[in-house]
Amino acid sequence: MTTTASSMPSPVSAAPDPRAPLPIATPRSEDSKVLVASQWKLMFWRFRRHRLAMVCTVVVLFFYVVALFAEVIAPLDPNKVYNLYRYAPPQPISFLDKDGGFSLRPFVLGMKSSRNTETLRITYVPDPTKRFPVNFFVKGERYKFWGLWESDVHLLGLAPDAPANTPFFLLGTDRLGRDMFSRIVYGARISLSIGLVGVLLSLVFGILLGGISGYYGGWLDAVIQRIIEFIRSLPTIPVWMALGAAMPPKWPPEYVYFGITIILSLLGWTGLARVVRGRFLALREEDFVLAARLTNCSESRIIFRHMVPSFASHIIASITLAVPGMIMSETSLSFLGLGLRSPVISWGVLLQEAQNIQTVALFPWLLIPGAAVILIVLAFSFVGDGLRDAADPYGR
Amino acid sequence: MTTNTPVQTGTVPAGAVDGDLLVVRDLVKHFPIRKGFWSKVVGHVRAVDGVSFNVRQGETLGLVGESGCGKTTTSRLVMRAYQPTGGTIHFRDRTQGWLDIPTASATQVRGVRRNLQMIFQDPYSSLNPRMTLLDIIGEPLMVNGVAKGSELQDRVAELLRLVGLHPEYMARYPHAFSGGQRQRVGIARAIALEPQLVVCDEPVSALDVSIQAQTLNLLEDLQARLGLTYIFVAHDLSVVQHVSTRVAVMYVGRIVECAPTEDLFFSPKHPYTEALLSAVPTPDPTRRGSRIFLAGEVPDASNPPPGCHFHPRCRYAADICRTTVPPLTEIAPGHTVACHMSGQLSLTGVHA
Repeated sequence: MTTTASSMPSPVSAAPDPRAPLPIATPRSEDSKVLVASQWKLMFWRFRRHRLAMVCTVVVLFFYVVALFAEVIAPLDPNKVYNLYRYAPPQPISFLDKDGGFSLRPFVLGMKSSRNTETLRITYVPDPTKRFPVNFFVKGERYKFWGLWESDVHLLGLAPDAPANTPFFLLGTDRLGRDMFSRIVYGARISLSIGLVGVLLSLVFGILLGGISGYYGGWLDAVIQRIIEFIRSLPTIPVWMALGAAMPPKWPPEYVYFGITIILSLLGWTGLARVVRGRFLALREEDFVLAARLTNCSESRIIFRHMVPSFASHIIASITLAVPGMIMSETSLSFLGLGLRSPVISWGVLLQEAQNIQTVALFPWLLIPGAAVILIVLAFSFVGDGLRDAADPYGR
Repeated sequence: MTTNTPVQTGTVPAGAVDGDLLVVRDLVKHFPIRKGFWSKVVGHVRAVDGVSFNVRQGETLGLVGESGCGKTTTSRLVMRAYQPTGGTIHFRDRTQGWLDIPTASATQVRGVRRNLQMIFQDPYSSLNPRMTLLDIIGEPLMVNGVAKGSELQDRVAELLRLVGLHPEYMARYPHAFSGGQRQRVGIARAIALEPQLVVCDEPVSALDVSIQAQTLNLLEDLQARLGLTYIFVAHDLSVVQHVSTRVAVMYVGRIVECAPTEDLFFSPKHPYTEALLSAVPTPDPTRRGSRIFLAGEVPDASNPPPGCHFHPRCRYAADICRTTVPPLTEIAPGHTVACHMSGQLSLTGVHA
């Protein structure tokens, strides 16, 4: 500030022409980009500073890309049974051969099966004499991408010169000899999409009921809040069990899928409704909303031009924080056998295989879907954290 | 610029003098206090309790008082941001003539709001941080169908120039501006529709002292150029003295004294005004008078004392003050006061 008035002690002293343009002041930042930056830009700049959240965003995106391109990324048909390789252990991709020699092209070792003479169990050990190089974009089993286009290109696979039925189980196989890696990739599609669809459904309920509650207030607000309190007081697992059991067991898998999402969102909308209500209540008292009302803005303009943009970022953060809850819920339901069932592949369904101590002790690779759940849930939580911190870039 | 001479239609309210723009009579606003699970009303905050005043065309009426005395509520009642519990607010609208704001229809209120605007105290919360200056200042013009498109941009540029901001700032967001600059944006929004009356709700109390002078001069300048009338709500007496033509002093929901600025500051007639004036800081240490320290606290507006609200703290209180509410009476031309003892007292104002 260079105006002379700034040195005057009292407000009643004279100042120069009040309409003389003020010097261009950039009080918050020297960067002129900031001055014309919309809230989304400001939010993104702030979000970018949250390292962990950035890393986790990449992780989340990676998972969703995998889910989207499951057919290409899975090397094998997830439902194909390899009779000769039941409970086969993971075959790690390796660059070093047995004498420590380095090969630029990655390879997997073959597998030898032998029967344990005491337990009569078939065990598999790597066969260092057989090396099968791993290639990118190889032709393999035919599939229909998104059920639309036929193709046979897989991201990973054994080089074409490998003999047919050579094992290529990066994360081992299950009880029937199905490839775990392919199953996890396909499971991501169901588990991750249930999270999103469920949250979107509960967002519809949440915005509608929370918005009515917060904007109109009064007895309507009281009724909706009591309903929310009631729903939140229900113990979730028994209610899931009841609702899950209410679904006819003969329903085709798609119906069960939507049934599950609806069950999850019927119970999950309450949190979002509270967020929306709280924002409406806070914004209703803001001066800029009163100012808009006093300049004859219509109700819809006040809601959609002033209030919704002000809490959209908070909603996005809440959604992100709600997705892992949905994923967890689906996993628990399916794990308990109340949600999705085989032949549908979801992480919860895969974890059903790991329900007894025998598998956990002898075939620990059946727990890998659990690791995937943990990873995505953590990643989502950190992204949500970062978004929540960035949601209000105007905090004073 | 359209003319500010209003059309004389509608019923002229009682007590209106020629040249009045706003006539407020017996304005009452009680806010219910709710408690418990069933939100039962257990009492009322008498925020505004029988306020009457007139605002004349082209003047600035200062409304002063401590925080919680009801001055902001009064100003918002005039804007019909709240519905009053009782009383009338007659406004001489430029196009519709005299209208009682609380009972006016929705269409009439829409019309009135083009001629009745508000400047807010907090330059931060009164501007939507997610809208550019063009959107903020242009909104009243757009919503009321005054201008759109490039015409809107031209009008906003003109308004920005009028309040001393570069028109190039139009694309910027409020976060690019300091408090004083933001308040200029708020002023530009308020004058966008060329209103007759602007209610300034403590427009400078959130600003640095150095910026206050600029902003006050801007308001005075705009008043002269656009023929505006102001209701200027404030608690800073030096600011009020500077800008007001007349001043009304409020205490716990009532007006205790109303007079032209000079009269009020140099010969106050109400003991509360006297005490308030004695608290004005004087920059000259040799001329610091004896400050009157009031005993006790400002009474609770949900349970005010009977009679004159000020009697528990008043040095001159007599028996009648404890039982009877003093009426607002004119004791000199244009000087009204609500005090039983006003005829017998000789009070000190600020030093000339």
